[in-house]
Amino acid sequence: MAIRSFFVPFLLFGLYFYSSLSPVLSLYEDQVGLMDWHQQYIGKVKQAVFSTQKTGRRRVIVSTEENVIASLDLRHGEIFWRHLLGSDDVIDGIDIGLGKYVITLSSGGSILRSWNLPDGQMVWESYLQGPKHSKSFLLVPTNLKIEKDSVIVVFSNGRLHAVSCIDGEVLWKKDFEAESFEVQQVIKPPGSDLIYVVGFAASSQFEMYQINGRNGELLKHESTTFSSGFLGEVSLVSSETVVALDSTGSILLTISFQNGEISFQQTPISNLYEHFSGPAIIIPSSVPGIFAIKTNAITIFIRVIGEGMLEVAEKTNHETAISDSLPLSEGQQAFALIQHAGSEIHLAVKLAHDWDGNLLKESIKMNQQRGLVHKVFINNYIRTDKSHGFRVLIVMEDHSLLLLQQGTIVWSREDGLASIIDVTTSELPVERDGVSVAKVEHNLFEWLKGHMLKLKGTLMLASPEDVALIQSMRLKSSEKSKMTRDHNGFRKLLIVLTRAGKLFALHTGDGHIVWSHLLRSLHKSEPCQSPIGLNLYQWQVPHHHAMDENPSVLVVSRCGPSSDAPGVLSFIDTYTGNELSSLSLAHAVAQVIPLPYTDSTEQRLHLLIDSDKHAHLYPKTSEALSIFKREFSNIYWYSVEGHNGIIKGHALKYECTGKVADEFCFDTRELWSVVFPSESEKIIATVTRKLNEVVHTQAKVIADQDVMYKYISKNLLFVVTVAPKGCGEIGSVTPEESWLVAYLIDTVTGRILHRVTHHGAQGPVHAVFSENWVVYHYFNLRAHRYELSVIELYDQSRADNKDVWKLVLGKHNLTSPISLFSRPEVITKSQSYFFTHSVKAIAVTSTAKGITSKQLLIGTIGDQVLALDKRFLDPRRSVNPTQAEKEEGIIPLTDSLPIIPQSYVTHALRVEGLRGIITVPAKLESTTLVFAHGVDLFFTQLAPSRTYDSLTEDFNYALLLITIVALVAAIFVTWRLSERKELQEKWR
Amino acid sequence: MGSGRRWAVSFSDNSTSPSCRDIRDPPGFTRASVDQDDSTASRQKKDAESNWKAQKAWEVAQAPFKNLLMMGFMMWMAGNTVHLFSIGITFSALWQPVSALQGVGKVFEPYKDSKVELLGPKLLFIALNLGGLALGVWKLNTLGLLPTHASDWVSSLPPAQEVEYSGGGIPL
Repeated sequence: MAIRSFFVPFLLFGLYFYSSLSPVLSLYEDQVGLMDWHQQYIGKVKQAVFSTQKTGRRRVIVSTEENVIASLDLRHGEIFWRHLLGSDDVIDGIDIGLGKYVITLSSGGSILRSWNLPDGQMVWESYLQGPKHSKSFLLVPTNLKIEKDSVIVVFSNGRLHAVSCIDGEVLWKKDFEAESFEVQQVIKPPGSDLIYVVGFAASSQFEMYQINGRNGELLKHESTTFSSGFLGEVSLVSSETVVALDSTGSILLTISFQNGEISFQQTPISNLYEHFSGPAIIIPSSVPGIFAIKTNAITIFIRVIGEGMLEVAEKTNHETAISDSLPLSEGQQAFALIQHAGSEIHLAVKLAHDWDGNLLKESIKMNQQRGLVHKVFINNYIRTDKSHGFRVLIVMEDHSLLLLQQGTIVWSREDGLASIIDVTTSELPVERDGVSVAKVEHNLFEWLKGHMLKLKGTLMLASPEDVALIQSMRLKSSEKSKMTRDHNGFRKLLIVLTRAGKLFALHTGDGHIVWSHLLRSLHKSEPCQSPIGLNLYQWQVPHHHAMDENPSVLVVSRCGPSSDAPGVLSFIDTYTGNELSSLSLAHAVAQVIPLPYTDSTEQRLHLLIDSDKHAHLYPKTSEALSIFKREFSNIYWYSVEGHNGIIKGHALKYECTGKVADEFCFDTRELWSVVFPSESEKIIATVTRKLNEVVHTQAKVIADQDVMYKYISKNLLFVVTVAPKGCGEIGSVTPEESWLVAYLIDTVTGRILHRVTHHGAQGPVHAVFSENWVVYHYFNLRAHRYELSVIELYDQSRADNKDVWKLVLGKHNLTSPISLFSRPEVITKSQSYFFTHSVKAIAVTSTAKGITSKQLLIGTIGDQVLALDKRFLDPRRSVNPTQAEKEEGIIPLTDSLPIIPQSYVTHALRVEGLRGIITVPAKLESTTLVFAHGVDLFFTQLAPSRTYDSLTEDFNYALLLITIVALVAAIFVTWRLSERKELQEKWR
Repeated sequence: MGSGRRWAVSFSDNSTSPSCRDIRDPPGFTRASVDQDDSTASRQKKDAESNWKAQKAWEVAQAPFKNLLMMGFMMWMAGNTVHLFSIGITFSALWQPVSALQGVGKVFEPYKDSKVELLGPKLLFIALNLGGLALGVWKLNTLGLLPTHASDWVSSLPPAQEVEYSGGGIPL
């Protein structure tokens, strides 16, 4: 220990030296992409519009559930341009106007925008208001013109607008103010200037408005009452006929409003399909003459043959998807139909009036891990022989997007990765012997060639082509994407769970997908109707014992959105992606508590709390139970009830009472509760330390060799409450009405260790808790600026341990286990600083041993990640630090935190829609791995105190080698010379 | 002289044994005086030599003092911050006395004599070198490289384990 402490000043000195030499961490232009990767996604496609004009590049415009509008290259699936709208600006519809503008309707139909098709620049924006909330529709008719102006027809917020396509000016508007009128369709029949608005009123009345498209004049208003009401949506089968279901879902209504006259035709479904039972739903589509209904697991396609007569075209129990119709030449309409059959999908393209004939029929092998086809979009092209060719864009269950053409998948995009719910990491397998010889030989040549090139580069002999080659070699180094563990721990697997219920393993080296698995347990099934993936936990991390076992992760999911829906657990092998087992639980999952104990196979014990506050232990083995029983009295849990402002602490009692004897189920009893007054405080954020965080030391050495003892506890909860009035947007309250209170609560005893009030402050609050400090971000209403505050906790009861001899002889109790019931004396130090950016997420770097200094990683509103040294958030900063404090590395206090442009971790890139930042320690103490996810993914390595424990990437090995060789040669030569001289001496 | 032996060289030194002397002394050399004063002169000479040795031994013993002064000056020049120069000076200041102390016997070897009292010089030598060592250690301490503070002993003390464990949070 003496030796270690002896060296620590050296180490610290070295760190200080390095950090003072270059206070910011930045990289050179040619280092971009060496250790980092960036992937761009768009999310699950909601709507797609093709733009395949003869001139210009073929592209498809899509809108997605992640609120992205993007233009994709039809040939390769690459993104031409992309815009992410805010989360409160949901896209309702997109279309292309005049062949050169992309028109989007968003924010519940109140914002209409036009974007330039080739480059995505916004052309104009219009705000459309209306009397009441309603469904919204966007129509871009090709032939409707008002004074040579092309018109966009928008129905939104109970008002019909005609908007100019050129400048977004509203040409006319018409209100539909009838109280109960619910619009169902807005129809613009081709070849006329009429617009039909149809909908239901008072749930049993069908209303039809006929409007002159040129001036918005109401031409006709008809309504008919249908006594048994309507259910769900309507399907448009021709420009003047819709099909609806009655409220029982068993009678089909064909509603025709030709020439303004409404006529009903009722057809019980049982007439068409004798085994019909239970309610049916209409699958929304807009193919003329055909619509589809779904009942139980059967899809029925029904043809409308004149005068409201219905006829079954096809019944199928395969999963199917149908596209909207596509106008071909000569007034023909085509549509695409996709049916699943085993591991294949059958694609058929048919003409709307000719069900039995196929324009195209193809079978395509489909990866089972992509699930079902959710959406189909069809587009045609003219082949060289003047016949029609078709390409089909399909959206799969895992949110991926595929383009099918000529029976093959032309390209695919893994857009499920745009909506990541949770991330964890796993080690790669250990490298074993048995690499094939041929591969080595091949590599040897490549290796030699590479080194020759590098040598050329270092000796400045390389030509520009060589330089380019060297750069591409550096970027594509096979070393970083190897499938085995490396010495430095840089290569790992990122296991991500997406909203689609698919699990991906991404390689940290270059971000490629190692495996992907659509969770069977997250598949719709009889007992579990709408499963939702919740979280990922590291279930088994073998490193000491059980080295032969593969690591595995636990996926916790729930059947349905309500909190008391039963839970589902799946266990996934992280090397192969196979689902080892899955458990359908009888109880709900309200909380998952990973315990700090593992069994002999290194499976981590988890405690699942259900909605009745029973605790269930997993894995259900006797060994786990015995471990758990040993620690039973020391395990507590707490719950934060945000809606009523209560934090409760619980202890475990023996065995569940009442139900069937289950030795893995435990009753709990309430120990304490912290009740926040609901009229003045509302919980908006809670943060704890990361379970796996490693802290190197409990002491902090300050100036003049003094020591402060950190208060380090895993059982601390940081809670922020705000005034209920201040929950809204920033600026919605005056500073006097708004305050923010931060608490530090001991979750075992319920003791409030610290409480601080910020008057005139408002949320949203983002916070990060690490070691003995917490940093949080909020808005200061008085200063009109964002602030970052830091609270550090120190243990006063240990402060007297300063006798050197006691410490030398080990006669102290600083490392003996402590109980939280012993009431530690905690003192806090805190400070606040202004901060320019608003923040989307905050994380902190974590390293293997916790020695390296920390950096805060701040996800800014510009979707970038900023690294900020923790030294800037040190409550011991003062305006004029003493010499000793300066030597310690304390920065003079300034009112705001500096933002150094070079310290953006994401350099020139943006992680669109940034949601989370995850840090994972590498094996190398200086380095931490950072993964930022949103719509885009970004990964990089960071060394907060520079890489003091390894040579940098640009280290000149050639020079070292040359020096060594020269030295060895010199030694040899001088040895020979001296030997010869000695001999001559002897002869003299 | 035998018939088989033509010549012989006798390596035995006969210079001091006058009995078998058959060669005349070189001119100017009188053997008688040497022989007469032999005992007193040698005693005198030995006394002088031991005196000289004792004097030399004291000189050698005092030598580190100069060194000490020089070291002190160097240390003062090196300053109190940790860098290559000051570390080099300090370590040489530590190493010199240690190596000198290791070679105490060897240093006083030439002056070893039954009549010469070497304990005094040796003690002085050791004391001065210890002084040098102390100076080195003091310098080390002023540089902050000695673990004399509590901070040096707790800086890598791991955090204490907690008996209780609590988990939970906002319901999923």
